[in-house]
Amino acid sequence: MSIATTHPAEAPHEHYPSGLLRWLTTTNHKDIGTMYMTFALVMFFVGGIMILAVRAELFQPGLQLMRPEFFNQLIGVHALVMIFAALMPAATGFANWMIPLMIGAPDMALPRLNNWGFWLLPPAAILLTLPFTLALFGIGDGAIATGWTFYAPLSVQGGMGVDFAILAVHILGISSIMGSINIIVTIFNMRAPGMTMMKLPLFAWGWLITAFLLIATLPVLAGAVTMLLTDRHFGTHFFNAAGGGDPILFQHLFWFFGHPEVYILLLPVWGLMPHVLSTFSHKPVYGYTAQVYAFIAIGVLSVVVWAHHFFTAGMPVPALIYFMFSTMAISLPLAVLFFCWIATMWKGAMSFETPMLFAVGFIVLFGIAGLTGLILADVAADAQYHHSYFVVAHFHYALFAGGIMGVMTGVYYWLPKWTGHMYNEKLGKLHFWLTVVSFNLTFMPQFFLGLAGMPRRIPDYALQFAEFNAISTVGAFILGFSQLIFAWNVWSCVRGGAKADGRVWEGADGLEWELSSPPPHHSWEVQPQIK
Amino acid sequence: MKRPAPDSRPAGNTAMNLLRRILRHPLGCLALALLPNLAGAAYNFNFPEPVTPIARETLHIHNEFMLIITILFVVVFAIMIYSMIKHRKSVGHQAASFTGPRSALQWLWVLIPFAILLFIDFVLMGIPAVKAIITMEDTKTRADMVLKVTGMQWKWQYEYPEAGVRFISTLATPRDQIANAEAKGEHYLLEVDKPVVLPVGKKVRILLTSTDVIHTWWVPQFGVKRDTIPGFLRETWVNIEKPGIYRGQCAELCGKDHGFMPVVVHAVPEAEYLAWLEARKAEAQAAAGSSDRTWSKDELIAEGKTVYEKQCAACHQNEGQGLPPAFPALAGSKIVNGPLLDMNGKAAKDGHVDRVFNGKAGTAMQAFRNSLSDVELAAVITYERNSFGNKMGDMIQPAQIKALR
Repeated sequence: MSIATTHPAEAPHEHYPSGLLRWLTTTNHKDIGTMYMTFALVMFFVGGIMILAVRAELFQPGLQLMRPEFFNQLIGVHALVMIFAALMPAATGFANWMIPLMIGAPDMALPRLNNWGFWLLPPAAILLTLPFTLALFGIGDGAIATGWTFYAPLSVQGGMGVDFAILAVHILGISSIMGSINIIVTIFNMRAPGMTMMKLPLFAWGWLITAFLLIATLPVLAGAVTMLLTDRHFGTHFFNAAGGGDPILFQHLFWFFGHPEVYILLLPVWGLMPHVLSTFSHKPVYGYTAQVYAFIAIGVLSVVVWAHHFFTAGMPVPALIYFMFSTMAISLPLAVLFFCWIATMWKGAMSFETPMLFAVGFIVLFGIAGLTGLILADVAADAQYHHSYFVVAHFHYALFAGGIMGVMTGVYYWLPKWTGHMYNEKLGKLHFWLTVVSFNLTFMPQFFLGLAGMPRRIPDYALQFAEFNAISTVGAFILGFSQLIFAWNVWSCVRGGAKADGRVWEGADGLEWELSSPPPHHSWEVQPQIK
Repeated sequence: MKRPAPDSRPAGNTAMNLLRRILRHPLGCLALALLPNLAGAAYNFNFPEPVTPIARETLHIHNEFMLIITILFVVVFAIMIYSMIKHRKSVGHQAASFTGPRSALQWLWVLIPFAILLFIDFVLMGIPAVKAIITMEDTKTRADMVLKVTGMQWKWQYEYPEAGVRFISTLATPRDQIANAEAKGEHYLLEVDKPVVLPVGKKVRILLTSTDVIHTWWVPQFGVKRDTIPGFLRETWVNIEKPGIYRGQCAELCGKDHGFMPVVVHAVPEAEYLAWLEARKAEAQAAAGSSDRTWSKDELIAEGKTVYEKQCAACHQNEGQGLPPAFPALAGSKIVNGPLLDMNGKAAKDGHVDRVFNGKAGTAMQAFRNSLSDVELAAVITYERNSFGNKMGDMIQPAQIKALR
């Protein structure tokens, strides 16, 4: 992309409140992006501690550490925290920081909405986790214990933790919808002159599709959990067969949101990958147009495949066949992305700094998620895989190796831009290798556990599953503690380190690299002209 | 040669240092201590031995698909790794600048993988998958018998509608084994008091439903897994080819004891199955007869204790202390210590009999009206009123229960 920049006089008015008030009142996209990222990192550790307690319980057969009720609470809240409070805010943090810089906009289009969107998150996180604390004081019976899927009628039967989770999901949903509206409006209206939609950076494209998916599906989730709330407290029977309702209706509504949610978590990462691969291959992105259309195709397909999440609930044969083939069809646009990623690397001049290592690790491990997803679509085989640890392994390859490692790619890639300092490369590489090895140590055995017949979400298991569970727990603890290296590396990079120049990476290309590192508080006050 | 100071060890020693550090760390010791155990243990890397046509078909499909995706994985990433080795900056490779296919030949190279993928998806994998679905969903053709499975928190009820036989199957593993107070048996968590018995070589149509929340009936060696949904019937089928004992578990999170409701199926030759069924029928008749005679209070309490421990203790606990607030205590409970019958001789609304009969909507307290016999209901109600410090002193006869139904 060639640009003619009329460099604005640097930062004529940089005044803003200092201390806490700055962060409470800020409408600056960079500050809000930083807050999103910080929140996500904190919640990543909160969700991680929960699952380490679970893995400790599963280290050996028998109940050692906790009662089954508490175990059920931990697994459900772990998932809700990781999805809604860690991965989604991290992606929104990227969007806030980077989209205005990448498209040459002075800020997000709706800065106050942006501030509000962020400040809804902490109360929602408190709502999610508060029931744990309340239970310690004898109030209620703890957090939601239905798994993150809220399946009725179990959730109708549950304690007040379910109500807390319903309200938390409502607030998180409002926050996400506001963020999405903001991103769509920004991308449509505030691109630098000359930046047509087909010159839009792929990261912005990925987020644009994500934003549309959020707006399309989150209201359905909100509706489903509201129906659940009225079933619980106001005598309706949406999900109660005795009153003419249908428990499976809940699953349809939930997964109409839940399947696109997978792509909501992954599309921003897919958008980021070509930037990183192109930078470290010193070669332009391969197949830009193809990737844009693949994003759109995946976005459209994602809302018509939801029922493959409950094949075992029983449905008519034509429905089974339809949902199987439509699910398999997603492999085609996904293959386009894999092809373009590898073709971007092909015949480049690759160097392997930490972001590139994470990107390559992402491609390989996410490949495993994609391929196992392909066979999970097969209804007959799914009867064996479903509800088992095979599925647990599959979606952790998608959401940890795909989602979290994707976010880490982005953090290492953009951290020097945000802070103006280089992170510690040695620690970054150590973090990468520990993460990849322990991740596989944790989740590869779970594929075999699932095949051998171990169901999900059980606090105790038969003796034949003992060895793989022990290995998985050891892996999980190494994986968990390795992330402290990441936190330390980010923290020390914020505090200081070797100065990074504007371009940061030799092969980097795009508007964001034309600015200084860190960029001035107000950037692109005069929009650049794209030729 | 001078021995280097401890803090300036040469770099070559780092591996030794690492080992030393691992050994010094308790977790490291643990990991090393586990290694020989891990190496010697028996690992299953695939499905257990299939014993039905569907399970065999599924294993076949699974193996085929695994092969296909492994080949895809290896080929794609071999290309990537080749590129990562050859096209490095450090070996002086000069970056190309192409951004898409530029010639007809390159377009061909781009399109071939997609043609292959399309073929794999919709032909190679798709056709066997459709065939398998049609076989799996054909529950009715030439079915020899029906088994009805009802999931309930946290046990299974099995019913042979044609024979009029019905019983509940619960976990048989002692709680002490789960609490690690005693050594775990061979079939820890996969053993029940009354296994379901099926004949080999017969097509069994299985109807499934639930009384409370969604459960999933799963026996891995049968290759079928189907949710049980309250208020709806779902169906599947098995044709077991080999006698044996097959074990599975509930596979859908269904509350507190989701991990403790195993499925055990004894597959036996038809003659043995018929004999078993006759014995169950005789048992049921004896039970029906016993509800007409008058029981003594001690008899009822003794029988009630057995029923209580199987059906009630998971929530209300052995000493009736419950797990409040989700599972209330029976010791000192207002309902248990309330009147048995109202003035008209009917079960008092929200009274003890009513609650056990009909359960409480929106909670885990289920209706036992249809799952327990007259004797069992009379016994457990009498037991509850005269145990855990409850001193009502009264009792209810099986015949009264029969009249109240």
